[in-house]
Amino acid sequence: MKKIIELKNITKSFDGEVVLDNINLDIYDNEFLTLLGPSGCGKTTTLRLIGGFETPDKGDIVFMGERINDVPPYKRNVNTVFQRYALFPHLNVFENVAFALREKRCPKSEINEKVREMLSLVALNGFENRSVTSLSGGQQQRVAIARALISRPKVLLLDEPLAALDLKLRKDMQQELKKIQKATGITFVFVTHDQEEALSMSDTVVVMSEGRIQQIGTPIDIYNEPTNAFVADFIGESNILDGVMLRDRKVSFSGQVFDCVDAGFGENEQVDVVVRPEDVDIVPLGKGQLTGVVTSVNFLGVHYEIIVDIGGFKWMIQSTDFVDVDEHTGLYIEPDAIHIMKKSEYSGMFGDYSSFSNELDELSNAESESGE
Amino acid sequence: MKEKRSLRRARVLESLCLAPYSVWAVLFIVVPLLFVAYYAFTDNSFHFTLGNVTRFFTATSKVSGADGLDREVHTYLLIFGRSLKLAVISTAICLLMGYPAAYIIARASDRTQKVMITLIMIPMWMNFLIRTYAWMTILQDTGILNGFLGFFGLGPVHIIGTEAAVVIGMVYDYFPYMILPIYSVMAKMDVKLLEAARDLGCGGLGVLRRVIFPLSLPGVVSGIIMVLIPSISTFYISQKLGNGKFYLIGDAIESQYAANNLHFAAAIAFILMIVLLACMAFMQRFANRRAAV
Repeated sequence: MKKIIELKNITKSFDGEVVLDNINLDIYDNEFLTLLGPSGCGKTTTLRLIGGFETPDKGDIVFMGERINDVPPYKRNVNTVFQRYALFPHLNVFENVAFALREKRCPKSEINEKVREMLSLVALNGFENRSVTSLSGGQQQRVAIARALISRPKVLLLDEPLAALDLKLRKDMQQELKKIQKATGITFVFVTHDQEEALSMSDTVVVMSEGRIQQIGTPIDIYNEPTNAFVADFIGESNILDGVMLRDRKVSFSGQVFDCVDAGFGENEQVDVVVRPEDVDIVPLGKGQLTGVVTSVNFLGVHYEIIVDIGGFKWMIQSTDFVDVDEHTGLYIEPDAIHIMKKSEYSGMFGDYSSFSNELDELSNAESESGE
Repeated sequence: MKEKRSLRRARVLESLCLAPYSVWAVLFIVVPLLFVAYYAFTDNSFHFTLGNVTRFFTATSKVSGADGLDREVHTYLLIFGRSLKLAVISTAICLLMGYPAAYIIARASDRTQKVMITLIMIPMWMNFLIRTYAWMTILQDTGILNGFLGFFGLGPVHIIGTEAAVVIGMVYDYFPYMILPIYSVMAKMDVKLLEAARDLGCGGLGVLRRVIFPLSLPGVVSGIIMVLIPSISTFYISQKLGNGKFYLIGDAIESQYAANNLHFAAAIAFILMIVLLACMAFMQRFANRRAAV
């Protein structure tokens, strides 16, 4: 695959605060790449650097082999779908979409043809003469995409484009964006704080935190093989425990020794152990490797969400088997459900469900959505 | 039923709150306007007449031209034309200076914006007459400006008593009314729109022409209206800075009023009002059409 954009050792600060700290990232032709992270992690700044709205303090931005640090936005073969669309309120749908072609002074017939083609790509035929302020959020979103795609950029940058839409519309647009990306063959660089969105749409996910890239990989890699506690916690639910790697494929945590599939750590090395909630089986007392007391049970439709106290550490377990609160239960974990990570600065910060409540979780989600 | 009653109560409350202003508006805006119209179309014994209005269009007088020959001119049409000319020139200068200034201020840091806007408004806190007198002392043949120029061996330039002096006075007095509405539109403009234009291929000039200017048009229109109208009807500036040589329509109204020709003064004011209303209607229409494109 061909590299389209390379970010090399990029550092950027605003008012003395480091926003991007030595970022290295390759973006390939025709891929759907997502920058994922909480607000303030530097994902939007990364996007703005590629768009040309910021210049890096240090490092190079390379576009198809050429350094473009100082190339202004209007000379870059890159277009942007802005967070709140930034449609021109004084122009109708047709003129918004035609904006880039009018600047290039394309002939009228070509503009007509291309605008119609773009509007049908985003399913907005017949909206040409509508005022953009009269459109719904989803329709404005489509106009923004059509406007950005009309000059056939090599790369389309999307800055949280779905954040302002309601859940159902968001799901539809996710499908549609993916379809448009496949149909046009244009590289999409997508920014979001929504991990589900990132997993379901992307070819490559880049997880960022505090101005640094934590992990680059396919959605499956990121979910199954997180590199540290931050990634494990940010992508889905995880129980993260302190453990000791006794030797290859043998790990000890929660006072027990487990078989696992990881190797290559030092003997008796301190590690973080990740176990996903859906990988823990509820078994009769004495049948599993661990024993615990159920402290809360929450029915979520597809499964129960069960919090189990094992020696003072609260695990989250997702199971279709019912256990009651205060019941003692056995727990069983398959060797390949145990994922071992090196200790990192994030160790001990995540992965314990002792203060867990759904309400709290929703609150913090709402906060991150309004951010940036 | 209950809902209807509470709705009605809300309406009563609303009109009660509005009452003081309504009374004010009727007493001091509507009634005087009706009086102006009434006086304009009546003679000294309050019989209906079109005489005052026709006098405005037909009255003539002799003026001596540059070649020393006397010529017949339509007195009030000439005065009105001169007022319009000076007002349009002043408005144009205000716009040419105010637009870029408003743009630069709107893009500056919050602190700078506050300081600049305060600086622009400070002259408005000073009395209009004092401001005009100040300009007299600056522009006089032996005034501050010529003293300053003389220091460098330049000048003296004769400004006082020329149309230029009147224009300088008008620009100075009405400049804030141009810059403030343009600035407030520019300051509210979403920076993301400018970024979007650059992203879609516009250089600096393109962004200005295709996004900033069309979006700032409402501010430009209200700025033009707010400068054009007072400068068309001003009278004091021309008397002081023009040495009374440039009789403007405002001066005509004032002197007719002072000479107790109330009916003719009212007729001139009435005609001026109609012309200004027509101008405003045209400007608004222009702005709306541009905004709709």
